[in-house]
Amino acid sequence: MAENSNNKRRDFLQLSTVTIGAVGTAAFIWPFLKSMNPAEDTIALGTTEVDVSQIEEGQSITVKWRGKPVFIRKRTKDEIDEAKTVNMSDLKDPEEDVDRVKKDEWLVLVGVCTHLGCVPLGQKLTDSKGEYNGWYCPCHGSHYDTSGRIRKGPAPENLAVPPYSFLNDTTIKIG
Amino acid sequence: MSGNSEPRKYKNPVLNWIEFRLPIISYFEKEYGDYPMPKNCNYFWSFGALATITLVTMIVSGIFLAMNYTPHTEMAFDSVERIMRDVNYGWLLRYIHSNGAAFFFIIVYIHIVRGMYYGSYKYPRELNWILGVFIYLLMMATSFLGYTLPWGQMSYWGATVITNLFSAIPFIGEGLKTWLLGDYTVGNATLNRFFALHYVLPFVIFGIVGLHVAAVHVHGSNNPAGIDIRSKNDTVNFFPYMLIKDTIAVCVFGVLISAVIFFGPNLMAEVDNYIPADPLVTPAHIVPNWYLAPFYAILRAVPDKLGGVALMFGAIAILFVLPWLDTSKVRSCNFRPMYKWFMMLFFVNFFVLGYVGMLPAEGLYLLIARVGLVYYFGFFLILTPFIGWIEKPKTLPLSISDVYLGGGKQSPLTASQKEIH
Repeated sequence: MAENSNNKRRDFLQLSTVTIGAVGTAAFIWPFLKSMNPAEDTIALGTTEVDVSQIEEGQSITVKWRGKPVFIRKRTKDEIDEAKTVNMSDLKDPEEDVDRVKKDEWLVLVGVCTHLGCVPLGQKLTDSKGEYNGWYCPCHGSHYDTSGRIRKGPAPENLAVPPYSFLNDTTIKIG
Repeated sequence: MSGNSEPRKYKNPVLNWIEFRLPIISYFEKEYGDYPMPKNCNYFWSFGALATITLVTMIVSGIFLAMNYTPHTEMAFDSVERIMRDVNYGWLLRYIHSNGAAFFFIIVYIHIVRGMYYGSYKYPRELNWILGVFIYLLMMATSFLGYTLPWGQMSYWGATVITNLFSAIPFIGEGLKTWLLGDYTVGNATLNRFFALHYVLPFVIFGIVGLHVAAVHVHGSNNPAGIDIRSKNDTVNFFPYMLIKDTIAVCVFGVLISAVIFFGPNLMAEVDNYIPADPLVTPAHIVPNWYLAPFYAILRAVPDKLGGVALMFGAIAILFVLPWLDTSKVRSCNFRPMYKWFMMLFFVNFFVLGYVGMLPAEGLYLLIARVGLVYYFGFFLILTPFIGWIEKPKTLPLSISDVYLGGGKQSPLTASQKEIH
């Protein structure tokens, strides 16, 4: 009887020691792992203000925001129509064009392919724009349309739309 | 004096003094002096020694490069150019290191081919094989990290593409990627940690190489006949026989790598990496290092992000279980008339995958990559288990010395099979 309760006590002590040791080790490891996450200055939301008064219809510019390229494109009438008339069932990541823009003629996108992070072509007039007249990623062959939606290729999602707002008619604030 | 009672094993009193306190002398004598090597081992058995020497060369040249390298996005590219132009013999250190990496993979690939063809991964050397695959995996990680450091266009975009692979993992992918990068894109935090890890991983590899060698010394080396050592007649001592043989291999290797370092140092380099990294422009064609290209081909052959990443990592992971996929008890492919040809086709297929992995993923190349992908997995998952069951192996020699006595003294397979296991 006495031996039995002694054994239980041993088990309890052993279990609690191991548990506290494990929790302590995990607590000790946490700061090390956490230190690898983006630092405060990196997180601090960068904002970029862009003057778009010089952009003609059909032209695009690339600006840098949080280290990433952001595409700003003033779309032509044809491109807007093309983007609006797409059948939702043809899309891999269905999204209406109206949900992706604030003003029809201005398309603002994070210029990073959602496959493996390359910068798609289509910003320069001489670039290949892909089969859907938008952007084409040369790394692994993803085609985006005039709303930046994925149409063909390995990328799983549409080009992301960053948070932005119009400060006035010719200035966009990204971030 | 207590020293008088110490055993006198060696003539040299210093060796005796050390041996009594730390028996390291007898350890080296046993493992590298009298260690019995099967006497039929061919030059394929020199590639382990070659790989060890290359690893040491990489560590030494890397330490000296690190003395002049600056891991900062603004300065990394220029510091590498300074090494090439201003640092005394900096060009030599860097070309040794960059070409050494390529040769390291050539050697290790031949070493792996040797292990697969002669069945070195089978009982009782399975753990040895697993440690080897770990080394191979760490080598790929280390070379990828090192390729980022010069901060050229290929460095930057290679790092971007590879770290984006992790974002394919459902739910935790994006967070994991950000954690690995320390930023939302490949940036200064990334370069710093890649440098730190690139410095430390080779020492981890060195430690596992120690275990890898210790493990093979337990049951002794395999040999081209794939049969066990039966008597002293089957072996020669490592010293001097195999040491001399390995030294000849090292000399030939030295000639080959010197030819590349001095006459074609950029043969295996990508020209785009001499353009400084630009986060806003992706090179038209991102090419991995040739030694990682077969896996890159597998990644691109799958028209689905998660599927491609899963198969790419699966292609490496499957190597770990090869000892259990192979159902044949016969080790060496020399005695496996069917499997031998599928094995050789596997090597050719791996080479072809690597070739198309460096070309654009479209049209015929994409089709070839898909066929190659099917054979890669089909070889491991279907051919390897099934051929083991249906194949009738050739009769094995009774012993290693028998190999040299010519035919006649052969045993029925069943008998030798029992003895092997």
